[in-house]
Amino acid sequence: MRYLIKNVRLVNHDAVTENVDLYIDNGIVAHIGKDCLQDADRILEGNGLYALPGLVDAHCHLRDPGFEYKEDIASGTRSAAKGGFTSIACMPNTNPVVDNAAVVRYIMDKAKREGVVNVYPIGSITKGQAGEELSEMGSMKEAGIVAVSDDGRPVMNSSVMKKGMIYASQFNLPVISHCEDLDLAEGGSMNEGVVSTMLGLRGIPSSAEDVMVAREILLSEYTKVPIHIAHVSTKTSVQLIRDAKRRGVKVTAETCPHYFTLTEEACKGYNTNAKMNPPLRTSEDVEAVKEGLRDGTIDIIATDHAPHHFDEKNVEFDLAPNGIVGFETAFPLSYTYLVATGILSLPQLVHKLSTAPSKLLNIDRGTIETGKAADIILVDLDNEYSIDVSAFLSKSKNSPFDGFKVKGRIVTTFVSGRIVYEA
Amino acid sequence: MKLRSKDILGLEDMSPEDIGTILDTARDMKKIVVGKIKRVNYLQGRTVVTLFYENSTRTRVSFELASKYMGANAVNVSVATSSVAKGETLIDTGRTLDAMGTDIIIIRHSKSGAPHLLARNVKASVINAGDGMHEHPTQALLDMFTIKEALGGIKGLKVAILGDIYHSRVARSNIIGLKKMGAEVNVYAPSTLMPPGMEAYGARICESIEDAVKDCDVVMSLRIQLERQKKALFPSPAEYSRFFGLNGENIKGARKDVLLMHPGPVNRGLEMTSALIDGDNSVIETQVTNGVAVRMALLYLLTGREEK
Repeated sequence: MRYLIKNVRLVNHDAVTENVDLYIDNGIVAHIGKDCLQDADRILEGNGLYALPGLVDAHCHLRDPGFEYKEDIASGTRSAAKGGFTSIACMPNTNPVVDNAAVVRYIMDKAKREGVVNVYPIGSITKGQAGEELSEMGSMKEAGIVAVSDDGRPVMNSSVMKKGMIYASQFNLPVISHCEDLDLAEGGSMNEGVVSTMLGLRGIPSSAEDVMVAREILLSEYTKVPIHIAHVSTKTSVQLIRDAKRRGVKVTAETCPHYFTLTEEACKGYNTNAKMNPPLRTSEDVEAVKEGLRDGTIDIIATDHAPHHFDEKNVEFDLAPNGIVGFETAFPLSYTYLVATGILSLPQLVHKLSTAPSKLLNIDRGTIETGKAADIILVDLDNEYSIDVSAFLSKSKNSPFDGFKVKGRIVTTFVSGRIVYEA
Repeated sequence: MKLRSKDILGLEDMSPEDIGTILDTARDMKKIVVGKIKRVNYLQGRTVVTLFYENSTRTRVSFELASKYMGANAVNVSVATSSVAKGETLIDTGRTLDAMGTDIIIIRHSKSGAPHLLARNVKASVINAGDGMHEHPTQALLDMFTIKEALGGIKGLKVAILGDIYHSRVARSNIIGLKKMGAEVNVYAPSTLMPPGMEAYGARICESIEDAVKDCDVVMSLRIQLERQKKALFPSPAEYSRFFGLNGENIKGARKDVLLMHPGPVNRGLEMTSALIDGDNSVIETQVTNGVAVRMALLYLLTGREEK
């Protein structure tokens, strides 16, 4: 298929170009310019729409294999496409865990058959995410992983983490760390503070995250191996990362929309859709995360898309699993809370949602350029609407954002020159 | 008289007017509890189920007697023998009780917020008989009733709450209730058992027991919840009683006629010396009697609500 997209505002991470036409041929951006005259099978009128590089998610959970009742590769990639994500990196906490090449190949094959966006598996650092023995990173890399992480089960043993980092670097695999000192977290189910006291819930102190962020920075500084900090949620973590970057440590960081839009207050009434890990923090932390995004301390916005079945969330708060779905809310929340408020420019948002995660994962995406794969989204930034979880394409609807008023709707999503979503 | 809500989940969402109504009604109910013939028909034909997911003697018996004194069909569901052991969810258990025609479900649960989850999913009224570390509204109401009965009111009183505040739902409900009724509240605990954010309740965090009890009208000591502590949060019982236990010496700065309260069961010698527990200022047994009266008042007001 050949597409001609006429009269769009093209936004890359470094520039906005007004009123251009994009010509897509054979999956590739063949021409960018004014008044394209090429023959096309279909012409799309831009009329005020923005064309952005397809979004890239460095952190999501597709639940496949093992938990297909929550999500699978077919539903997860469709949800991603609707949210404007054209490439997604999925965490290894499936059943079985992604700790060997066979599971990687299963995900790659299924994604090729049933998926509609690019799926990049992340392998575990340790076998079974048990934090003891290293996983077969080399074989997994051959099979297609783009990074390693033990995600929600952080490697508590610092020596194992150090070995994991230096081994991963030999295969040029980025290491992503979910920073949580499990002893300090002590089985808590929300942020420790005024609200946890009022709800009578055990709290997770912000220091549980900070201590581990500090450890990873020190290990990276010592080993010279880059480290990527997942879902930053605290003021002190932002400060630690900022200081480390200043003195040249190879640390990168991501946060998620819920950490710059919501506080622990959202847990009131025992709202299990506001239960995630790291937990929602205080307004002071939210401000620090926004400042970290603004000054570049935080490089990436990821979704941490974590689908759970309604029945699993409709239980006592302590018993509910952590996480919320995120593909279909990440862009409008980021646009509404960061760009419309003047914290980031649109190109900076493109950087954090597409260019920077592509760079982290070493994938050739994240920009609209002649000769590159046509992963493109068309976005209507003036479209104002209320988020409606019942319209989500994800199998799960566990989101605290139902009814939130946002701006910015994904109109069309192209993956390699093929339309995978149209509003 | 009636209450505005279907459920009694906590003092946080109860108005001072409702608290006043409950305490006034309890005064009438107490006459029945201390009378010779403990039987009225206010709850005749009604079914009250106590659904206890945690061990309890005094609260469960208190509710059961309150129901029976008023002629209700009172059923006790003990968790070890119910479907819960087979993995049934709280919501499904609640719906099952609903389907059998239960009017009021009284629930105690180790998870904070469990009564709220149940209340959202059943037609029956739900009374929280203690949820995790959150609230224990009927205990706070019976404590306030005891204070009002002995001292004539609550407004303007100085109350000290001492001990394991962190794990205590009794402390949370009492602080909320007492503040709503106009009392001043002092709190003191080992720093490892003081939860963050107590200032938000309007309580004063004190420097010592002496500082906390000074000029107090009421001193409430809390039970050390040994079963709730994953790790030792204080070095030893001996050290606790020496630095944090209430005794004849450190209580001296309180008013002479100070009321000494404890929600029970007491760890004698740990939280309070036996001399204080059994002394003239202690109202610990009165609290137990009043518990039945307050729970009768709640059952009465909740069932009355439907008939208006």
